[in-house]
Amino acid sequence: MHFSLTAEQQLLADTVRRFLSKEYGFEARLRILRSEEGWSRDVWSQLAEMGLLALQVPEEHGGMGPAPVETLLTLSALGGALVVEPYLACAVLGAALVRDLGSKAQREALLPAIAAGEKIVVPAHGEAGARYALAHVATAASRSEKGWVLRGGKAVVLHAPAADVLLVTARTSGAPSDPRGLSLFAVPRDAKGLGLVPYATIDGRRAADLVLDGVAVPADALLGEEGGALPVLEAVMDLGVAGLCAEASGVLQATLDGTIEYTKTRRQFGVPIAKFQALQHRMADMLIHVEQARSMATLALLRADDRDARERRRAVSAAKVVAGQAGRFVGQQAVQLHGGMGVSDEVPVAHQFKRLLAIEQTLGDTDHHLERFIAAGAA
Amino acid sequence: MNLRFTPEELAFRDEVRAFLAEKLPPDIREKVLAGLHVSPEDTVRWQRTLFERGWGGPNWPKEFGGTGWDPVRQYVFEEECAAAGAPRLLPFGLKMVGPVIMRFGSAEQQQRFLPRILTGEDWWCQGYSEPGAGSDLASLKMRAERQGDHYLVNGQKTWITLAQHAAWIFCLVRTDPAAKPQAGISFLLVDMRSPGVTVRPITLLDGTVEVNEVFMEDVKVPLENLVGKENEGWTYAKFLLGHERTNIAGIGASKRELARLKRIAASERKNGRPILEDPAFAFRLAQVEIDLMALEITNLRVLSAEAERRAPGPEASILKIKGTEIQQALTELMVQAVGPYALPFRREALDGAFEGPAIGPTWAAPLAATYCNYRKTSIYGGSNEIQKNIITAMILGL
Repeated sequence: MHFSLTAEQQLLADTVRRFLSKEYGFEARLRILRSEEGWSRDVWSQLAEMGLLALQVPEEHGGMGPAPVETLLTLSALGGALVVEPYLACAVLGAALVRDLGSKAQREALLPAIAAGEKIVVPAHGEAGARYALAHVATAASRSEKGWVLRGGKAVVLHAPAADVLLVTARTSGAPSDPRGLSLFAVPRDAKGLGLVPYATIDGRRAADLVLDGVAVPADALLGEEGGALPVLEAVMDLGVAGLCAEASGVLQATLDGTIEYTKTRRQFGVPIAKFQALQHRMADMLIHVEQARSMATLALLRADDRDARERRRAVSAAKVVAGQAGRFVGQQAVQLHGGMGVSDEVPVAHQFKRLLAIEQTLGDTDHHLERFIAAGAA
Repeated sequence: MNLRFTPEELAFRDEVRAFLAEKLPPDIREKVLAGLHVSPEDTVRWQRTLFERGWGGPNWPKEFGGTGWDPVRQYVFEEECAAAGAPRLLPFGLKMVGPVIMRFGSAEQQQRFLPRILTGEDWWCQGYSEPGAGSDLASLKMRAERQGDHYLVNGQKTWITLAQHAAWIFCLVRTDPAAKPQAGISFLLVDMRSPGVTVRPITLLDGTVEVNEVFMEDVKVPLENLVGKENEGWTYAKFLLGHERTNIAGIGASKRELARLKRIAASERKNGRPILEDPAFAFRLAQVEIDLMALEITNLRVLSAEAERRAPGPEASILKIKGTEIQQALTELMVQAVGPYALPFRREALDGAFEGPAIGPTWAAPLAATYCNYRKTSIYGGSNEIQKNIITAMILGL
C-alpha cells in the first residue's frame, strides 16, 4: 500500500496543470463560456494531444487505459480550472460505455476517434421523473426491418449539443423500472426524428433535453446484448461518479486556496481578515472537508473497477456523499468568507460555488448515495 | 499509488491475526469487545505478552528493542489488535516519553528507562497540564530549582491520566522563571515514589477515576533525571506532542466500535423492526461509517507522507479532530440505540469483572457512561480548537 506517484504520473499531473494555468485562466474560461458553442474545440484537441482523452481507451485501440490514477490526476486538475469541455461525459463515460459494451467493430469505429478528440460521444440516459434511478427508463426501442426505432425523451443530457454521437438508453422490454430490458444505442446527433432543446446549465455548461420521435437506427447501433445493458451501465456510471468526485476534489482545493488568498488580502478593522479566529477555524474546517473528499475520490477511482460490485458501490457512493457534503460546506463558506465579492459573478469563487452545486445534482445527490451506501451494506 | 496491501503486508497481517488468536487472553478480549473497563493488571499482562513476542515496541526502532516496523505495518498491527479486542497499549511510555528519551535522552537514560517500558515494568504518566496551564501550556508554573546534585521541585500538575498506577511521571517544569514562558522550561523524569509526591484522584462524570491531581512538595529529583538540556524542554514537549498525535485517529478502535454499534442496533427494536433498519437511524449510522472510511484513507495518506519524511507533520491535527468526532459520534449513537435503558447507572457494572444480573439488555450498561467519558477526547491531547490553531498556522499559513 502506498500513495506515491510514478515519475510518468507526476509528469502528467504537472503537464496538465501547466497547460491549464497558461491556457485556461479565469478570463480565458469566461471567453469560452460566452462563445457560441460554449466550449473550445481547440482546448479539446490539446487535451487529446496530451493523451488525456485516451485514459479509458484500451491499448489495442490506441489508448492507455484503464488508468485510474491518471484519471484521478486529470479530473482533479480539470476541476481546479473549472474546465467546461465534455471530459467526464465523453472521455470517461462515453469511452467506457463503448469499451465495455461495444463489439470490436463498434469499438474500432468510436474509441480511436474519441481518443483523438475527433468525435464527441456522450451518454443520454436520464429521463424526467427518473431522478437518479438508473433502471428507470421509459424511452422504448422497437425492432424494425432495418434495425431499431426509438421513441421517448431524455432529460438534462449534459453536453448533448456538442455530441456527434449520443449513447441512448432505451427499453427493449419490460416496465419502466425493470432492471432487465435496458439496451444501449449509438445515435448520431443529426439523426432524423431526434430533437434537441438546448440550454445552458447553472454552472455555465451546455445541455439539452432530447425528444426521440421515431428515430430509426440500423441494427448495429445496438451496443452489447439486447436488454442486458444495466450492469455495465451501472459500473460505468460508478466510474463516472468516482471521476466526478475527483473533479470535485480539484474544485474544492481551488476554492479553499482562493478563500485563503482572499482573506489574507482583504483588510477590515486595520488587519487582514485572515487574522480573525472565527474565520481561521472556518478555513480549518474547510481543509478537513477538502482532505476527506480527496481521500474518498482516490479510494473511489481505485475501487471503480472492483469485481466485487458491493465493494464498488460502497466506495463510490461513500465518496459521492463526502464530496457532496464537502461541496456544500466549502462552497457556502467560501462565498461567506468572500463577503460581498462572493456573490458577484466576477470572481472565481462564484463559479466554483456553482460547479459544486452542479456536481451535487449530477449522477446522484448526497441523499441518493447515502441510501445506496446503506443498501449495499445490507445486501 | 496502490490502496491494496502487498502480499508481504497481507502475510504480516495474517501473522498478527494468528498471534492474537493464540495469545490474546479471552477474559481481556471479552471486556474490550463489550466496552467494559480493563484493569491495570490486564494492560500490563498484555504489554508483557507482546514483549515476549518481540512486539513490545510496535512503534519503536530496532536499536531500542522495538519492532522497526514501517508505518503501514504499525497501522496494520494497531488495526488488527483493535479489531480482535486487545486493550489499548499505554501511550505514556511507548508514544510519549519513550520517543523523547530516544531522541534527546542520555545513553544512561536510554538504558535505564527504555527496556522497562517495553516489558511493562514501568508505568509512566504525563505531567504537563496545571490548574492555570491547559491549552496555554507554556504558562506552567511547577518550579524546579537546582540545588547541588538535585532539583527541588514544587508545584501542582492536574488531569494526569492513570497517575494512580504510575511509577514515573515526566514533567514539564520551570527552571528559569526570568526567561520568556517557552524558554525557561525543562523536561524532568520524576519517580512517583519520591517523598513529597501526593496523588489526589478526580472522579469523572462517568464515575470513574481516570485522572488525578499530582502535588509536588520539596521533591528532590537527581540532576541525572533531566532530559536533554536545561531550559530546552519546550522543544522536547512539541516533539512529543507530534508523536502523541500519530495514530490518534484511532481508526482500528473506531471500526471495532462501529461493529459493536451495528450489533447493538441489530438487536434493539423500534416499531417492531431492528433500529438498524430505521431510516433516520440508518442515515446517521451510515454518515459516521462514511466519515470513518474517508478518515482511514486520510490517515494512510498521512502515514505514507510521514514514511517519506520521517516525522509527524501538522496533518496529524486533521486526524485528531476528525478521529475524535467519529469516536464521540459512535458513543452517541450507541446511547440512542438502547433508548431508556441508557439510563440505569451502576458503576460496578462498568467493571469487566462484574458478574451481577443485567438491567435491561446486557450491552446497555456502559453506553451512557462511555458517551460521557468520551467527551474528553476532543479536549485532551491538545483540544480540537488548539488543533485548528495548528492547522491555521502550519498548513493554511494564516
